[in-house]
Order: sequence, then C-alpha cells, then structure tokens
Amino acid sequence: MNAMIPLFVIVPLAAAFFMAILGRFIKNFSKILLNLELLFLSYLALHFILNTQGILAYRVGGFENAGDIPIAIYLVLDGLSRLILLVISLIGLLAAFYSTSYTRQFTQERKYYILFSLMIAGMNGLVISGDIFNIFVFLEIAAIASYALVAFGIEKQQLEASFKYQVLGGMASLIILLGIGFLYWQTGTLNIADFSRLPVSGPFVKLLAIFFLVGFGLKAAIFPFHSWLPDAHSSAPSPISAMLSGVLIKAIGIYAIFRIFFSMFALSYEIAMVITVLGTLSMIVGGLMAIGQWDIKRMLAFSSISQMGYVIVGIGIGMILLATGGSKVIAGFSIFGGLFHLVNHSVFKGLLFLNAGAVEYATGTRDMRQLGGLAEKMPLTASTSLTASLAISGVPPFNGFFSKLIIIVAAVSAHFYWLAFIAVVVSIITISYFMKMQKYVFFNTPQTDYKNFRAIPLPMNLSMIILALLCLLLSLLVLPQIRDIFITPAVDALINSLQYTAVVIG
Amino acid sequence: MKGMTVIVKKVTQFMAPVIFIFGIYVVLNGHLSPGGGFAGGVIMASAFILQILANGEILDKLRKEESGLEFLESTAILGFLVVAALGLLLSGSFVFFSNFLKQGVIGELLSAGIIPLENIIVGTEVCAAIATIFIALVVFKDEVTK
Repeated sequence: MNAMIPLFVIVPLAAAFFMAILGRFIKNFSKILLNLELLFLSYLALHFILNTQGILAYRVGGFENAGDIPIAIYLVLDGLSRLILLVISLIGLLAAFYSTSYTRQFTQERKYYILFSLMIAGMNGLVISGDIFNIFVFLEIAAIASYALVAFGIEKQQLEASFKYQVLGGMASLIILLGIGFLYWQTGTLNIADFSRLPVSGPFVKLLAIFFLVGFGLKAAIFPFHSWLPDAHSSAPSPISAMLSGVLIKAIGIYAIFRIFFSMFALSYEIAMVITVLGTLSMIVGGLMAIGQWDIKRMLAFSSISQMGYVIVGIGIGMILLATGGSKVIAGFSIFGGLFHLVNHSVFKGLLFLNAGAVEYATGTRDMRQLGGLAEKMPLTASTSLTASLAISGVPPFNGFFSKLIIIVAAVSAHFYWLAFIAVVVSIITISYFMKMQKYVFFNTPQTDYKNFRAIPLPMNLSMIILALLCLLLSLLVLPQIRDIFITPAVDALINSLQYTAVVIG
Repeated sequence: MKGMTVIVKKVTQFMAPVIFIFGIYVVLNGHLSPGGGFAGGVIMASAFILQILANGEILDKLRKEESGLEFLESTAILGFLVVAALGLLLSGSFVFFSNFLKQGVIGELLSAGIIPLENIIVGTEVCAAIATIFIALVVFKDEVTK
C-alpha cells in the first residue's frame, strides 16, 4: 500500500516529460494524457482516503534510520495531506477538461499542458513531503510553473502581472530558504518529525516562525502579503486562474503553514493569535477591495483573499484553543469548519473562474460595464455562476452556508464574539459584490449586441455543471457519516499532531 | 551575432574539445570525486557556449538545433525518472530510488550501482538545458537589437 505513495509525484512528472517528447508528433496527445493523469491521481487519492487510515510513512531510497536519526527522505501521508491531494486532483481534472477547448486559442498548447502537469507534480510533492527542504523544492516547482502559466498569453498586462508575481514569489522563496538555512545551522536536521521532538526554544524558534509565516504567507496571499494575487490570478488563462485560486494558494500556502505550525513547532499562543488576526484582516480587506472592482476576474481574486481569511480564522481559532488548553471539542469543530471551507472554496471559486473564462470566451471581454443580459444567451453559464455565487455568499442549502455557519458557531462557542460578528458582516459584503456581478453580467440590459459571440463548447459546459453539482453535494459533508470519511481524519491529524512524530520516527 | 577574430577562433577550436572531455571526466567520476552530473554538465555546456561566442555567425544554424536540445533534455529527465522508478519494480520491496544494481568495490569506476548512471543522465540534461538557455538568450538579444 505504502509503495503507491511516490506515484503522486512520479505520474505527473513522467506525464509532463512524455508530453514534451511525444506531444509534438501526436496531435492532442498532451490534452488526453493530462486528463488521464489527473483521472488516475483522483482515483489514487480517493483510494487512499477510503481504504487506508492513520499516518503512512515512506522512505525514499529505503535507507533505514540510524539509531533514531532519520536519514532517508520521508514521504508522509496523513489525513490532512490525503484531503488536499483529493482537492488538487479533482479540481485539476475539471480544469484540465475545461482547458481542452479553452486552449485552442493558444499557439503553444503543448507547453501549457506540460506546465500544468509540472504544477500538479509540485503541489502533490509538497503535500506528501515529510521534510522542510523538499517542501521548498516542490514549492519552487509549483511556483515556477505557475509564473510561466500566468504569463502564458504574453500580452503586456499578463507579463507585468507575472513579473510582479515572480518578484514577490522569489522574495518569499528566499525568506523560506533563509529560514531553512537557520534551522539546519542550529539543529542539523531538516526532517519535520525529527525537528519537532528537539528541545529547542527561545528567540531562535520565534525567528524561524516569523520567516516561515512571512514566506508561506506570501504564497498564501494572507493580508499584508496579498498585493500580487489580484494581478496574477486575473491575468492567467481562466482554467489556470481556477487552479491558482482554487488549489495552488491552498496547497503551497495554507497547507504548508499549518503543516509547519502544527507538526513542526510546538503550538504557541502568540503565533496562533498572529495567524488568526492576519486571517481576520484578510477577510475584511479582501472583501472591501472586491466591492469596487469592475473586472470580473479581479473581483474574484480579491474575493479569494477574503475567503481564505475564513479558512485561516477557522483553523486559527482551533490553534488558539489547543495552545491555551481550551476545549478540544470546540477546537476540532473550528478546524473542521476551516477545512470544510477550504474544500468548498476550491470548488466554488474554481467554478466562478471557469464561468468568468466562459464569459470572456463568448464575448471577448470581462469588464462588467460592457456586459449584461447574458442569462438568455448563455443559460448554463448563468445558472452555474448563480449557484457558485450563492454558495460563496453562504446561502442555504449550498455548501458555503454550512462551512461559514460552522466557523461562526465555533467562534461564538470559543467566546470570540467580535470575530463571529466580523465573519457575519464580511459574509454580507460577499453577497453584495456577487449580486453586483450577477446583475451587471447576466441580468442587466445588454450594453452591446455581442457581434462576435461564440457558443461555449461541450467540455467547458460539462466541467462547469459538475462543479455546480459539487457545490450542492458537498453540503452533505456536514452529515457525520460522510464527514468521518473525508474531513474528520484531516481534523484529527491537526489536533493530534504529536502522533505525526511518533509514527514517522517510530 | 558577429564572430570574433581568427586568433580567438583558433584558440577556441583547440580548447573546446579539451573542456568537453574534462566535463565528461567530471560526470563519469561523479561518484568518486568532487563534481558529478550537474557540475560536469555545466562544464560540457561551457564548451558549446565558448564555440558560439567565438563563432557568432553559426547562430542561425543553431536556431534549428534548439528543438533537438529540448528533445534531449526531456528525454534525459524522463530517463532519470525511469531509472528511479525501476527501483520500485526491481528492488523487490517497492522502494523508489533504490540502488538495484551491483555496488562493486568502493573507489573503482564501475561501482556504486545506479549512481554513475544517474550522473550521466543528469550531465546530459544539464548540458542540454544550459545550452538551450544560452541560445535562447542570444537569439532574444539578437532579435531585440535588430
């Protein structure tokens, strides 16, 4: 069983280079291979969720531990990484299927699919990696592929956005690498489990925590580090925007932050408080900035910052409770809310970006002021977009309602009344700007007569329909039977973070 | 791009093969001495770069070579992955990157199992990649200054 863990990295990497070699000779080879690859990865992730339990550790190269010092590179699969792997592969599959028609406009389609596959390899590798240096390596694979993908249209605006993203992303990587350097200098280990049992404390640990929080916070676009995100996510091709906003910032940002601060460092009240406050600020700032936007994708990008705030706040409250010895039940409930919202956000934000892509594909513009009345011309896009808008604003019975409700209830039961109040207010702000988008894009009187209107091809429609159905179906995750399969193992992995060390070093 | 003087061209003609052979030496002795696939690959690529700098007029021919280099690069990476993944199948215990070849005597050229093999592959890949990057930069500069 464990032997299949490296496949999460081998398959996307091998597929990427097969595309590079054979893709130029065989037509549509890259498209088909990418879809098959992601189908296989989704199956594999689902298989691991349904059929395995607990923490699985795999030693690359088969090196045994010397005494109790781990030498080999560890790949570790726990509840949290299983959940994130499933999200990556599933959203990736739908975005790749959507791309099959969307990328006809590009001249170098093959390179798009190679970069897409490399990005998947990077994210998968980061999620299963058990040591901090490999997290950095895979982070760079995913990030560099995403820089190239943001600039894929090579127009002025896209190149500018990609450049900005590269400069800030490069700074983040440098800060992370500096942190890793300090860590190795002081402790002589890079293994997460090995580090967590060392008796280190004092200013050194605080310095490391700051390095990692800033570095991965930049990748996750948490509040003071968010300035690159609106440009990068709105300039990329739409399926890539869906991947960046839906998956990438979660895998290389949020996941890495919580893996490090739960499994590697001992939980501390100060760090937990800093994370929660930054999450709250992202929630407010992202929401307020989104109201004034007229570019659909730019608005969605700001909304991503705001919604990631909810995820961070949910898990942050859990962190505070665990660090101060509060109720484990409420902490678990709160973390569940955060992870549930993470899954939900990747579905509805992915869908909203695909909708925006469809609107741009059909009409050639994404400025809300030049659109209107599209509900009659493209009913499928309009209805799926309405579904996603209602889901993200937290209207029952869609999935967003339940996750936001859980986060708010958890905040109230942990006595963070102000936080709960802010979460409700931001939710109202969210519904206001999504209703604005619905009105201007789909329901207003048309501003033009849409001369160059193009019909949406089947693969694009199909991806959007499946995601819209998921928006509804994921509400079922609140039911205990289904929750126990998918999300509870991830919550347990975060709460019982001591187990991680015990199993890996064992 | 213009070439350089006859003196430079002649000296390059003598030096480039020596540099290239030194690169191959560094790659092949990667498991015994400092260096290895990456360093050797860079040295091998520097022989090409020297030739391009000295004989600038061959640049137009090289543009066609770029896709061949890309092919070589992708094949090499794939080869690296295949050797690593063969460990999954051949080691008997499903170990990724397992050293499934005979280890030999320490210090001999043919020893250390798959490590020399992987070094050769890394050398090819790095040489092709660095040469591609250099050609891309030169072509870009050529087009911008036109």
